[in-house]
Amino acid sequence: MERYIFYIVAAIMIVFAIAAVNSRKMMRSVIYLLFVLMGVAGIFFLIDYNFLAAIQLTVYAGGIIVLMIFSVLLVHHIELEMEVAKTSKRILTAIASLIGIGIFLITIYSYNFNVIENSKTTTTAEIGEKLLNYGEGGFVLPFEVISVLLLAVMIGAIVIAKGKKLEEKKLEDGRQESEV
Amino acid sequence: MNISLGITKTIHDWLFSVMPEGLASITEMVLIAAVYLGVFAVFGLYLVLLERKVAAWFQLRMGPNRVGFKGLLQTLADALKLVSKELTGTEKADKFLYNLAPYFVIISALMALAVFPFTQEFQAFDINIGIFFLIAISSIGVIGILLGGWSSNNKFALIGAMRSGVQTISYELSVGLSLLTMVLITGSLQLSEIVEVQKNGWLIVQGHIPAVIAFMIFMIAGTAETNRAPFDMVEAESELGAGFHTEYSGMKFAYFFLAEFINMFIISAIATTMFFGGWLSPFGITESLPWLGVFWFLGKTLVIVILMMWFRWTFPRLRIDQLLTLEWKYLLPINLVNIVVMAFIVWQNLIIQL
Repeated sequence: MERYIFYIVAAIMIVFAIAAVNSRKMMRSVIYLLFVLMGVAGIFFLIDYNFLAAIQLTVYAGGIIVLMIFSVLLVHHIELEMEVAKTSKRILTAIASLIGIGIFLITIYSYNFNVIENSKTTTTAEIGEKLLNYGEGGFVLPFEVISVLLLAVMIGAIVIAKGKKLEEKKLEDGRQESEV
Repeated sequence: MNISLGITKTIHDWLFSVMPEGLASITEMVLIAAVYLGVFAVFGLYLVLLERKVAAWFQLRMGPNRVGFKGLLQTLADALKLVSKELTGTEKADKFLYNLAPYFVIISALMALAVFPFTQEFQAFDINIGIFFLIAISSIGVIGILLGGWSSNNKFALIGAMRSGVQTISYELSVGLSLLTMVLITGSLQLSEIVEVQKNGWLIVQGHIPAVIAFMIFMIAGTAETNRAPFDMVEAESELGAGFHTEYSGMKFAYFFLAEFINMFIISAIATTMFFGGWLSPFGITESLPWLGVFWFLGKTLVIVILMMWFRWTFPRLRIDQLLTLEWKYLLPINLVNIVVMAFIVWQNLIIQL
């Protein structure tokens, strides 16, 4: 039964992936992309990797797609359709995509994937212990690096959002000091 | 797939005795889905009736009292009316997205219902990330609102949808973080285990001060996430018509309407499970009769539902900037400090065990 569910989910994902790049209405493309991402979550559920599936739903479906919808809401009118690209651009894109698919397939087929008979559910506790493990096979270094990166991104976002106000304040302070 | 369908073991055994395994499990899933759909559609309608009765009570009037005994059939009749209504729409709407939007909202609401443990035996889908699954699912419903507002090609609907998006994305943080505070005590995300932990006292008692703070933050953020007054900027009727569902009629409007009430039930059910011991009876007074758990679960949930209705008919509506200030400048910092306090309490083993 699981095999059939996999094929159904995979077929849905392929259909919507093609629809996402073919549609000339921007909002519809975003929604087709949403279905593809949900399909990925479905496959994670299928292999019993519930945590990753829920992450996929929150981060991609709930976060990225909502951001995309917001940007479409701001810039796009309902009657607008996207322009068809020039032929030269299309050919270039096709070549780039083919190279991408080639590298992808070569990588996949150069490995021997073993089928695990008794799969067991990964719990959040195990993931957490691995993330904070500084022994062999632990992920504490990448975890900390990503934490610092995210902190830097957050501070950067605040500085960009507040930039003008901060500068104005500095100028005002400078003026006051010179007056004094 | 590891779906433990603990509902009514007899039906389960009977199904597996008459059918091959694959077919039986599919039949079982379809059966459970149909039962949930039927029960919660009717239950949602009665929540609407309850809201109208509570509103009437707060405003010193009678409320619905004509259809059936004391108006008990009023909302069922309303639903019948909505089913028979014509489905209208704007001419230049994006028809595909316009029709798709209500299903996003109602399906995400119904999916969330599957994980709640009504009693020890009565839980459709005991997933090991239970509470996180609920947060993940609730983040999808907002897409339906955004889509509905955009695709109806109506400026007021669009403004309503934008407000809803801003509001839901902001308050989702507080919902998640306040639940995370409680997960620190339970040490598990699985809802059945969370209830199990509370046999030594409900979590709001075990976690005392930080748990009470977390509960208050959860109720505020939960009310905001369901787009209910005093946070109903989304459908502020004095300025936006009906907000994002202005252009919807008939059954499609009914989906939005029903989803709002089911979402309210879900927020209350999460609060019951995380803070008030789920199906456990107070002080274990009915421990010998486990089937009474349904009664306790629904009873506690309805008390919190009435609390949310109380909010709605008591507080005036917030402005959009006040709404965002409340979340980002007050609730979020309080919540972050609260998590640290809770971590300290759990580390020093200062929790109260009855």
